Amino acid sequence: MAAPSISERDVRGTSIKLMRAGSGSPLLLLRGTDASDVWLPWMDRLAERHTVIVPEHPGFGGKPMPPWLDRVSDLANFHLDLIDALDLARVHLVGTSLGGWIAADLAHRSGAGIATLTLVGAAGLRVLGHTGVDTFMQAEETGLRARFHDTARADAAVARMLAPESEDVRLQNAITIARVAWSPRLHDPHLAKWLHRIAAPTLIVWGEHDRLFPVAHGTAFHAAIPGSRLTVVRGCGHAVALENPDALVASILDHTSIQERTSVQENTGKQGSPA
Amino acid sequence: MKIFNFHLMPYADVDVEAMRAHGTAWITFSNSHYDPVKGAELYNQYLDQLERADELGFYGVCVNEHHQTAYGLMPTPGVLAGALARSIKRGKVAVLGRALPLVSNPLVIAEEFAMLDNLTRGRFIAGFVRGIGAEYHTMGVNPAESLERFNEAHDLIIQAWTRPGPFEFTGRHYNFKYVNPWPTPYRKPHPEIYIPSSGSLQTIKWVAEKRYTYCQTLSPIAGVAATFDLFRQEADRLGYEATPDQLSWSNAIFIGETDAKAIAACRYHMETYANDFLTRDPAAMMPPGYTSVESVKRMRALRSHRGSFQRTEDLVDKGIVIVGSPNTVREKLAAYQDLAGFGVSLTKTQFGTMPHAMALENQAAVAQEVLPYFRDRVPQGRSAAAAKQAAAE
Repeated sequence: MAAPSISERDVRGTSIKLMRAGSGSPLLLLRGTDASDVWLPWMDRLAERHTVIVPEHPGFGGKPMPPWLDRVSDLANFHLDLIDALDLARVHLVGTSLGGWIAADLAHRSGAGIATLTLVGAAGLRVLGHTGVDTFMQAEETGLRARFHDTARADAAVARMLAPESEDVRLQNAITIARVAWSPRLHDPHLAKWLHRIAAPTLIVWGEHDRLFPVAHGTAFHAAIPGSRLTVVRGCGHAVALENPDALVASILDHTSIQERTSVQENTGKQGSPA
Repeated sequence: MKIFNFHLMPYADVDVEAMRAHGTAWITFSNSHYDPVKGAELYNQYLDQLERADELGFYGVCVNEHHQTAYGLMPTPGVLAGALARSIKRGKVAVLGRALPLVSNPLVIAEEFAMLDNLTRGRFIAGFVRGIGAEYHTMGVNPAESLERFNEAHDLIIQAWTRPGPFEFTGRHYNFKYVNPWPTPYRKPHPEIYIPSSGSLQTIKWVAEKRYTYCQTLSPIAGVAATFDLFRQEADRLGYEATPDQLSWSNAIFIGETDAKAIAACRYHMETYANDFLTRDPAAMMPPGYTSVESVKRMRALRSHRGSFQRTEDLVDKGIVIVGSPNTVREKLAAYQDLAGFGVSLTKTQFGTMPHAMALENQAAVAQEVLPYFRDRVPQGRSAAAAKQAAAE
């Protein structure tokens, strides 16, 4: 698979980095605190079936904090603007961790253009009695390790992701993350009220041993989003994409393909031609 | 030199072994270790000490604000300043300072400080701080908004004190349809303002620009001198000469019969203070956005120096505290004043686990052996020369 194309995109005065590869129906991947990380091999496998677009979030990657950025809902509205700007019709939306929170918020605001939604270890909800590790209170390495169940995977992630070259960007990203998620801590008390409005077919993927957002958070999303499915990845921590990419890719592709077949049949029935 | 008596009001009866085993006195050290019977006794002893400071001739007394820690029992310093306002008859009463970003309604601070200024008939000194990093965990306030909240709250308070009300205030974080506090401050245009800081360039510049008094928190005297040089240069750049009264050094003084006896007598209390009470989880102290990325990187680079046990001799040698015979203390304080050029000293006479009787004895010794010699003393030598040189550059 060829390397992704990397470009800068200005959306209503805010510039972000976009990585893009593959062909097929569009899949927008919203990452979490790792949004400035490089393109990873598991994304190639999504790109075999989809045009995969991975944006950085505003205020990430060493860019200045946008003056309009106060809440995760602001990021959700920004990414709606991005979907419009890129003219992404019937986009498959995938969000991991903080990106899952953004995706859920986005999808309940405006679901018309969303073909499917996949939430992976998503932040955003408060589940009483199931509060996870407070990574804001931890040293960076301790917090990164808490995202893994398997210590060997954690070792590899620490060696790769905590390189001195990326320290400035990581520290700057942490400020943007704190800005939107410090209080209430990594959740929005208003999100749960509107999850029932999500119309897109929704898959929820969760690591069995997620210590940041214990699996009860996945159950809560599942209960709140009508018709959603929940897949728990055994032997896996919070960072499903890094710890068990095989399972994640299989789940996502299964979800998007079933929905595409359904969608084509529906469209065929109604309009006589595939969408 | 204006010598204040500064109190941190530590929980001196703490189970030191338990605190040491937990690793920090801050945020997560359980308040099940707090005994209110002991705490009530400490509050009253500490207030007795500060009231006595006024009788002994200290220029004023200071309290400060920290939250959820055995290090200091003053989450609401205004309560203590209020308790002192009627009994401190001559000196100043200073809150150094109130952490502005931690409140969602800074107008209450404008009101509280105006009340204190009325009670003391203008002898109140208002301190404003952002609070240390740990405070953003304990109070749930967003550290990424700390600086803008501080600036906005400061502007609101100054306007509330100086603009005839009612007026409307519109900000990003604070909005009021009616700003019209009763009372207004006794002193016009407003109380004296002191800004404690650990020495960030940003704060130094801001304080110089506002012409407030800059207070350097506990630091080695060489660093204090460098910081005060920066302040004087900044004032020069702004077109005025900084006065010694704009520069304040926070310290601790302990006097004994001889240097060796003084060190031996205060060692345990000094070392519980500098090590056990002060130790904080570095990650918790640097919440995102509280300081600049550059500052965090600088602190991370210093990590290797952290955690080493500070002996009393280390603190004395670095000029963080002054411990010794009356002569030694006078010589060092004079030398430090000349080196750094400050006109205000915020002096702790109780620290760490030091019990009441010992604190009273030390306080009396400082009053007798130090205060009379420094009442009219101004910086001499280097700092004056440094200011001139900076002006010439």
